[in-house]
Amino acid sequence: MRSSLLRRFRIIFSTFIFICFILVFIDFRSLIPTRYTNLLLYLQFIPSFLKFTTLQSVAAGGFIAVLALTILTGRTYCSFLCPLGIGQDLTSRIGGRIKKKFRRYGYKKPFTVLRYSLLAITLIVTMLWGMYMITLLDPYSIFGRNMTYFIKPLVIILNNFLAGILGRFDIYSLSNIPVKGFTLIAYSIPAAFFTLVVLLSLTKGRLFCNMFCPVGTFFGLLSKVSLFRIKFDESKCTRCGRCSMRCKSSCIDFLNHDVDITRCVDCFNCVTICQDKALSYGIVRFKKKVHETDESKRKLIIGSALLLLGVSRAANGQVKTAPKPKKDSTVKESKTFPVCPPGGLSIAEFNKYCTACSLCINACPNNVLQPAFKQYGISGMMQPVMDYHKSFCTYNCTVCTEVCPTSALRPLVLEAKKLTQIGKAKFIKDNCIVKTEKTACGACSESCPTKAVHMIPYEGNLVIPETKDDICIGCGHCEYACPTVPYKAIYVDGNPVHLAAKKPENVQSEIKTPVEFPF
Amino acid sequence: MKRRDFLKTSVGAGLAAGAALSLGGYDKLWMPASSGSKFDMVAVMGGNPDAMFDLGIQELGGMGAFIQKGQKVLIKPNIGWDVIPELAANTNPLLVKRIIEHCFKAGAKEVYVFDHTCDNWVNCYKNSGIEKAAKSAGAKVVPANSESYYQKIEIPGGVKLQSAKVHQVLLETDVFINVPILKDHSSTRMTCCLKNTMGLVWDRGYWHSNDLNQCIADFALYEKKPALNVIDCYNVMVKHGPQGVSKEDIVLMQSQILTTDWVAGDAAAAKMMKMPVEKIEYIPMAHKMGLGNMNLESLNIKRIKM
Repeated sequence: MRSSLLRRFRIIFSTFIFICFILVFIDFRSLIPTRYTNLLLYLQFIPSFLKFTTLQSVAAGGFIAVLALTILTGRTYCSFLCPLGIGQDLTSRIGGRIKKKFRRYGYKKPFTVLRYSLLAITLIVTMLWGMYMITLLDPYSIFGRNMTYFIKPLVIILNNFLAGILGRFDIYSLSNIPVKGFTLIAYSIPAAFFTLVVLLSLTKGRLFCNMFCPVGTFFGLLSKVSLFRIKFDESKCTRCGRCSMRCKSSCIDFLNHDVDITRCVDCFNCVTICQDKALSYGIVRFKKKVHETDESKRKLIIGSALLLLGVSRAANGQVKTAPKPKKDSTVKESKTFPVCPPGGLSIAEFNKYCTACSLCINACPNNVLQPAFKQYGISGMMQPVMDYHKSFCTYNCTVCTEVCPTSALRPLVLEAKKLTQIGKAKFIKDNCIVKTEKTACGACSESCPTKAVHMIPYEGNLVIPETKDDICIGCGHCEYACPTVPYKAIYVDGNPVHLAAKKPENVQSEIKTPVEFPF
Repeated sequence: MKRRDFLKTSVGAGLAAGAALSLGGYDKLWMPASSGSKFDMVAVMGGNPDAMFDLGIQELGGMGAFIQKGQKVLIKPNIGWDVIPELAANTNPLLVKRIIEHCFKAGAKEVYVFDHTCDNWVNCYKNSGIEKAAKSAGAKVVPANSESYYQKIEIPGGVKLQSAKVHQVLLETDVFINVPILKDHSSTRMTCCLKNTMGLVWDRGYWHSNDLNQCIADFALYEKKPALNVIDCYNVMVKHGPQGVSKEDIVLMQSQILTTDWVAGDAAAAKMMKMPVEKIEYIPMAHKMGLGNMNLESLNIKRIKM
């Protein structure tokens, strides 16, 4: 095949995928059913692989399809399915508009040492210590954070602007959404990567994918055995160099009729631009000369795959440094553990599988999920943590557990979620309005969906809160509602391992249906 | 400009009201507000929420007694919780729908519905069934989830609450109809007419931390008072309020109370809950401040059993 249709197909297909990804991440009105989100995320390599290591079912086998696709067609994943890759194609295009020079690439030598080192470091770190490198470098997660931290707020601001205009005309189909930013420090890493990716792609095409991205490097290695690839017909080539100039991966050495298959992302720009029909995409016929390095590299591929498969096992044996308890204080809230979202099973388990893609942070209708900075320790940087000063976990909701692509949050049916205790409410009487002001309050108890926080008689006609651990699920509505400052009079202390709460018991009231008006 | 004019007239009205108060007590102040019907309160028992309202409003002279043609109406139900209608944490959607229909029949230009919810507002509006019911009757269901919808107002004479941020729709409408549901409440013991106003304001936390009962009573001083209170006592949450845990918290009372005097409405509601009125502190407070009459014996009450 060498028709220009290939490139057109790539553009149409990837545009569609990219728009879907954007919609999923900016869906602040929760209009997209989670099954569509799951469908879209099924083929994301790292999330799917992580899900597979925990679920080991076909339902999580998207990454196998991706591996097969790569072995068959090369790095088509990078051009067709990776949202960060597609996004970079877009910024490259913009770069070309800014300065023509930015879109004239030409052949460049690969950063061999850097990219293979990064891949190796990622594998080793993941195996020995945890998800740090994957969290930082997984392209899907980087894309997710870009959307969450930088694009979605813009969309909400636009929405609020439109909602304001419509509101003047008495139309309320759009509503104002309070823009709740994260703590400033949470933006540091996402901002660094956003800048890096945007700058590199604006001026250098797919350099990020061929220098930093461990998934790209890994697929590059796999591509060495791929069936379909870009081929030169040396007899037709006039060495005009157009292909090389248009190659976003800077991987076409047209003088030697060589395409660096480890860097080629199958964008088909070269096939389209070649006026002499010298370039085509098709089944490769292996040349006689054999690369001496092939064997060792194949071993590396197999080794890496095995290492990756062994990751979950190896990591299981690791002792996690649990977050340290804060110093005790009589009126300060003394959280010993952060609260990790329902479905996480335990903080350690959750930290192990989350890549901080932030999809759940976006999907949460209550904005209770906030990126952690130091709550979980370094292993949990940017991972979602329940922030009950910002909001609370709504009782009738399981969205975060449904959208999680890596199974860091396992799906929970609503009835199970309502009995999943992610923390326990702790009451600090000395902070409570009822005690300090001697006036009624009860904001905590009124918010409590299980009545684990209930009111008991206090002085005079006053009532004061009391907590019941066994039916508390740690939703944090009490903490959120508590009006005291700066420290709350009631707060939720996280459960390092999630527990099962008891179902709240209830008996029929003594008050009966009236037959006469009592007045 | 309109809003400013409105505020000016409101302040004027407030002053006039204050003057009337100092001269002649609250009875005179409430006289013009009453509809010309001979009853201060109509209590209906034994029907469905919509049928009971049809009867009750008829006894008060019809909706036309409260709404003039072309006016904008705010209906403020309780939509505070993400709970299904059967569990009665929110006002009955059937009732809300029927009131809206009566408003339009009486010539209302526009009817608005909102509540500043406690749970996630989208879920509350949806799962309470009120959004659908209100929209099907032609009302505008307005969001109240963002501070940008609220404007600061003054409450002259408030003991603890001298100002509050209220939803702009309250300021922009001509008639305010209060449609609470009667429920047990964990701290104030009962929520009904007066406490339903907490869904009109933005900063509820201030009320909780500054003498909740007094703030509830204080807000009733604000010049924009309900022309009519319709208390939903169809299914009544008698414990674990205001959110409820399960159906065991609910008692079927099949009743409804319509009144122009919200303090009287709350006093009657307390009786339904078999609770001494004095225990619900904001009721005697509001009574003493002259905002209504909690002595039901002195009122002309029409009781209807269907």
